[in-house]
Order: sequence, then C-alpha cells, then structure tokens
Amino acid sequence: MKINSLIALVLMLIISACGGDSNHQKSEESSGEVQSMISEPEDPMENWQDNKGIGPVSSVELGEIDPEIAAEGQKLYEELCTACHKVNKKFIGPSPKGLLDRRTPEWAMNMMLNPEEMIQKDPIAKQLLIEANGAPMANQNLTRDQARKILEYIRTL
Amino acid sequence: MKNTFSILLSFIFLIFLAACGNSGDKKDSGMMNTGDAAQKVYVAPGEYDEFYAFMSGGFSGQISVYGLPSGRLLKVIPVFSQDAEKGYGYNEETKPMLNTSYGFVPWDDAHHPELSQTDGVPDGRWIFINGNNTPRIARVDLTTFETTEIIEIPNSGGNHSSPFITENSEYVVAGTRFSVPFPQKDVPIDSYKENFKGALTYIKADEPGNMDVSFQILVPGYDYDLAHSGKGKSHGWTFFTTYNTEESHTLKEVNASQNDKDFIAAVNWKKAEEYLEQGKGKKMPSDYIHNYYDEETHTATSTEKKEVTVLIPSECPGLIYYLPTPKSPHGVDVDPTGEYIVGNGKLSADLTVHSFSKMLTAIENEEFEGEVDGIPILKLDAVSAGTVSSGGLGPLHTEFDGKGNAYTTFFISSEVVKWKLGTWEVLDRAPCYYSVGHLMIPGGDSKSPWGKYLVALNKITKDRYLPTGPEMNHSAQLYDISGDKMELILDFPTIGEPHYAQAIPADIVMENSKKIYPIEENKHPHAVKNEKDVRVERDGNVVRVYLTSIRSHFNPDNIEGIKVGDKVYFHLTNLEQDWDTPHGLSIMGARNAELLVMPGQTETLVWEPQKAGIYPFYCTDFCSALHQEMQGYIRVSPKGADVPIKWSLDGEE
Repeated sequence: MKINSLIALVLMLIISACGGDSNHQKSEESSGEVQSMISEPEDPMENWQDNKGIGPVSSVELGEIDPEIAAEGQKLYEELCTACHKVNKKFIGPSPKGLLDRRTPEWAMNMMLNPEEMIQKDPIAKQLLIEANGAPMANQNLTRDQARKILEYIRTL
Repeated sequence: MKNTFSILLSFIFLIFLAACGNSGDKKDSGMMNTGDAAQKVYVAPGEYDEFYAFMSGGFSGQISVYGLPSGRLLKVIPVFSQDAEKGYGYNEETKPMLNTSYGFVPWDDAHHPELSQTDGVPDGRWIFINGNNTPRIARVDLTTFETTEIIEIPNSGGNHSSPFITENSEYVVAGTRFSVPFPQKDVPIDSYKENFKGALTYIKADEPGNMDVSFQILVPGYDYDLAHSGKGKSHGWTFFTTYNTEESHTLKEVNASQNDKDFIAAVNWKKAEEYLEQGKGKKMPSDYIHNYYDEETHTATSTEKKEVTVLIPSECPGLIYYLPTPKSPHGVDVDPTGEYIVGNGKLSADLTVHSFSKMLTAIENEEFEGEVDGIPILKLDAVSAGTVSSGGLGPLHTEFDGKGNAYTTFFISSEVVKWKLGTWEVLDRAPCYYSVGHLMIPGGDSKSPWGKYLVALNKITKDRYLPTGPEMNHSAQLYDISGDKMELILDFPTIGEPHYAQAIPADIVMENSKKIYPIEENKHPHAVKNEKDVRVERDGNVVRVYLTSIRSHFNPDNIEGIKVGDKVYFHLTNLEQDWDTPHGLSIMGARNAELLVMPGQTETLVWEPQKAGIYPFYCTDFCSALHQEMQGYIRVSPKGADVPIKWSLDGEE
C-alpha cells in the first residue's frame, strides 16, 4: 500500500518534470471554448438588432440616402464584391438586398472590414459561413470610408 | 522488504532519468555546446529571423532567400531561369524578361547578389545579380521580391566580376571573365593575342527601369575575375582582379598559371565620367537587350540597343592602373574604410593587401614598372600595405566585421581565417565542411558591416547530411563571430551552387514589403477589374478568355466554342485584395506551366489545344475549404466546327 502510493507520487513527479503540465492547461482552455459555444442561442439571427459585430465600427449614423456617395459605393461594389454577391439572388454569399432589415449597419461594415475575425467569433457570421459551404468572405482590404460608401449603395437596393 | 523497496526506488529513479532525456550525459559527449548553438539559431514558431540572407542559386539561375540565424528558406526568387512554380518565364508577361540578343534564353548561372547601397550602406531597396553565362545583370525589387529588370552585357563572355555596386548605387559593374573579340567576329582561336579583348562595363543602376550600359572600357584580353567598388576615401574607384595575363587560350589550368604575378585593375570611374563629358567616348555598334517589368501593367517589355560608348585607356590617361598581385588572384575586397584592397592569390598561401593612399602617391610619383596597352603597371612595393601569411591554401574571398577584423576563405584547406587589418596577424581559424568558396557577413562588403554572423558557402557537402544519391545540395554554414573565436552554430543546405550571398537586417526590408497589388492600379491591357467584363472574344483563330478568380471560383467556368488550331490566351485577373492569396490556373495538356497570379495582378497563359474534347482547368494554389471545387471546363471542338463561342458561370451567360 505504502509502496503503491510512493509509485504514484514518483509517477506524478515524472509527469510534471517532463512538462505534462502545459498540455493539461491547454485542454482546460479549449474546454472553456466549448462551453461558450454551447451557451450561444440556438438561432444566432435572433436579436440581430443587438449585434454590432466585431471590428472597428461601433456606431454608424444613417441619414437620408446620399445619391452621390451611393454611386461611388456602387462602383466599388461592382469592382470588389460582385465576384461573390449578386443583387438578385444568393450567389456565393447572400444578396445584399434588404441587408439593413436583417443586420445592423455596424455589423455590415464590420463584416466588410474584418471578415476573418467575424467568421471566427460572431455568431451570425459563423452561421453564414456554414450556409456558404465554408467559403469565407474575402478580405478586400477596404478602407472604412469605402465600406461606408458600399453600405450607402446597398441602402438603395 | 527493505531491500525490495530500495531496488524499486533505484529502478524508479532510472525511469525518471530516462524519461527526462538523460541530461546527465550531455556534458560528457559535448552535447552542451550543441545545445548552446541550437539556442543561438532557434527562432521560435511564429517569430521572425533577424536577417534576410540572399544567396545566389548558382546554376539554378535564381536567388534563394533564407532567414538568419534559423537557416529557414523563405522564398526562391526566379531571375534568369524559368520557374514553373510561379509561371515566371512561362507566362506571356514575364517571357520578355528572358529575351537576349540571342533570342529567348531561359537559363543562366547566377553568381553574385549585391544589395543596393546609400552612402556605402545596404539600403534594402533592390538586389542585383549577374548572369554569368549569357552575360546579364538583373535587378530584383525588394518591396515585392520580384525580378523587375534585366540588361544584357555586350562584348563580354562570362560576366563574372559583377555586379559589385558603387557607394550610392550609381553603377553596377560587369567585367568579362572570358575575353572575346570586341566586337565579335569570326577569327582563328589561336589569334587570341591579336584579336581578343576584355571589356569592363559600367551599368547605370540608380533608377528603376533605366538600367543601361553607360560605358565600356576596352582592356587587354585577360580574364577579369572578380571586383569590388571602392568606398569612403576610395569611392569613385573600382578594383577588378585578373588572371591569364599570359593571354593563353588553351589548357588554361596550366597555361594561365605561368606568371608569378597577375593584376588588380584599378579603374577611376569618376575620371571616366569626365572623359565621357569631354566626348572621349567612341560609339561602337553592338547588339544587346534591356528588359523591364512594369508593376502597373504587370508586363515586361524588351528594348533592343544598338550601340555602346567605349573608352580606350591609351586615349584616357589616369583612367586605369594595374596593381601587380601574386598569384592568380581571385577575390578582391575593399575594407570598410576604403583604404585596404585585399587580393586573394588563389595559387598563393598569402594574401596581398594594397593601400589605396599609397596607390595614389605612387600614381602621383609615377612609380611604374611597365605599361600594357597604355595602362601603367604600378610597382608592387610602392602600393603594398602588407601581407597576411596565413599558412592556409587557396585563399579566395574576404569580408569584414566592422571591428577591424577581416575573414578570408581558404578553398583548398577548407577553412575561414580571421585576421587583423593593419597588423596582418592571424587571430583565429575555423574549419569548413568542405571546400569553402565565398563567405558572407551581413553588410560585410559595405562601409558598416553588421558583424554578428558569418556564412560560409561550401562547394562540397558529402558526409554532412543524409545521402541523396550522387548529388547533394550545397551547404551553408553559419558561424557566430560576436566573440573572439568563430563558433560554428548551424549547417543548412542551399539551392544550386550558391556563389555569393548578401544579408541585411530584416526590419530594413520588412517595413517596405508589399502585400497586394491594388486592383485600381492594375493597368494591364487585358485586366478584368469588374465581373461585368468577363468574356471570351474570337478574332480569327486567336481567342482571348478574360477570366477572374476569387475564393473559390473562376468566372467564367464553362467555356465553349474553342477549336483545334486556335491560339487561346487566358488573361486571368486575381480579384483578391488580401495578403498571401494568389490563385493558380492550369489546363490539362497545355504545353506550358501554370499561372500563379498575385492579388490584384493579371497574367496570361497561352494554350494551343491539340485535340477535340472537354478540358478541365483548376486552381493550383490551395485557397480555401472549397479550393478543390475551384475548377472549370473548356470544350474544344474540331477545326471548322460551327460551335459558337459561349461562356457562363452558374448557368448565367
């Protein structure tokens, strides 16, 4: 009995001396992640009005649609977005039509500006990635100003 | 019971030792030193190296980029050879880069990379390299790590003493290793002494897109082997080593090694500029080609040149002098102060060091021992600063650490010897494995070396790595030179036969690194910058496919109406604007390579379909979870079929 517990003690010593500890810590971290995934609501699209997304944009003020800015946005949209987004149908990604009826303007701009982090962390973006068969939104390196112009164009659709 | 217990205890103790890697043994087997070395070269995953090292790929024709101290291969930059991995020299945009006056030459022997300098210090803007075989010099832009310019060197054979740069990147030089008739003509080879001449060429290098042969100096028909430009007090001068002052043309191994002394040619290029201004340059007909890759059109163009300006030494006193140097000198290296010119006599055991100041005095006092073709030969005693008696065999090259020390490679005795400038005393020697050629210290041929590491570039690798058949990659060895003694800390294999290398602190290059080509700046004549413009056009038997790519599809991906006998140009624009997201394009049966198109770039692949049928095409560069699905089909109909041109994506035409 005494010997057995001694063996156990020494074994533990071996494990800790040989760096088993860090592995242990890591598995704790990842189980934490699993936990947070489980606690997400079943439908991430619910309460979309509270979701501003993750990224540089925390508030957007929308006034009357500015046709000049929208025209500039259309040009950018056609050059940088139409490879994956068509106005009249879901293509690789969703149609932008009626975007602000289902997403906040902040969310929309953060998705344009920070797609990598959004598809990893934002519940709506994660759901959309699944719907796009795992095709990630391409980061087109837009400036904040360009993203705002594209948003203005989308409002006209 | 007590006995069993202690046996068990010692048993457990043994397991404990074994499980933890026998650290007790390390000291005895010398493993502690290895551990220290490993720590010195260890760059943790995700961390960056301290230096970029650029090594010539030798007969691979390329430059390979390594991180130091880790020895990690970061990139292979295609320069003088076609590179199927990147489509370089295969796609329509880069084919012109390999044009020469002989036509398309898809290979060369790349020898000496040389970083651009400002005030004698590497500035990280460009790196130049010579093509030895079909004489050429290339410029690589270090914002993109792409070859952007190549100029051919006329009237030369074996562009070896090249492209050693001047202090402010005014010129790169190109001395001919093999003398040839100047201009070329059909003569008996045994009329060498009468008909063969050397050319020392100065290429204007300070303005991208405008590399040009500024002037050539017509010199006796020796072999001009290596060079270095002066710096500091010797700025304005270039030094070239020569061998074959015997002017032999056969069995040179013996016949070019008869004379006890050959020369270092000292060229006053500032004086050359004066003579050119005075109109002393002679225009001579000549054929050579200049190629330039424009980053906005993503396309290279070739320009033919028909003339060079030549200076004749006998008509230009003070332009060039010969410094006698024993014996068949190979490397010529100028120390950071610009005072000492080190000649490595490869058939000698000693190094001959000339003094620049003594040379100027000797010129002033006309201390000459003779003259060849109007070039005065200075007296050795009048210019010599000292001799390093090393006891090694076959000295080749010298670099400097900026702390008053020089390091010379000895090819035959396979070692690096450290010695002191001024006292010529040998301080240390370290063996190399094996047959070391060049060596490199970051900035080691500039005014301000970063004298922390030394890389030995070895020709023979046997016994160092796992055998890979009769041929093995050449070997680079990294030494820590921060202490009094050199310490070997890493071996790593290199590509081709690396001749020389250059290195520069990573942050100088990194901060200017480009990540994408902005799509709005794309001025390629066949770019598609808007999905609305994708199309297929026929003009006779020429078909142009205007194609786009983005993760994870091509547009269009169904193409019909191509016929056997057509010449099909695929103009692919990569619409991505994200770092490190190139897309490839490859077509079954195409007698070509793939395209690899950088974000925002347009490239063109030519395809001449041979047989009717359906041909898949796909992206070669794994780009997303749906990379596998990034594909399309082309229908090829027989010659004369009436299938109309048609294209679509997702059924939309």
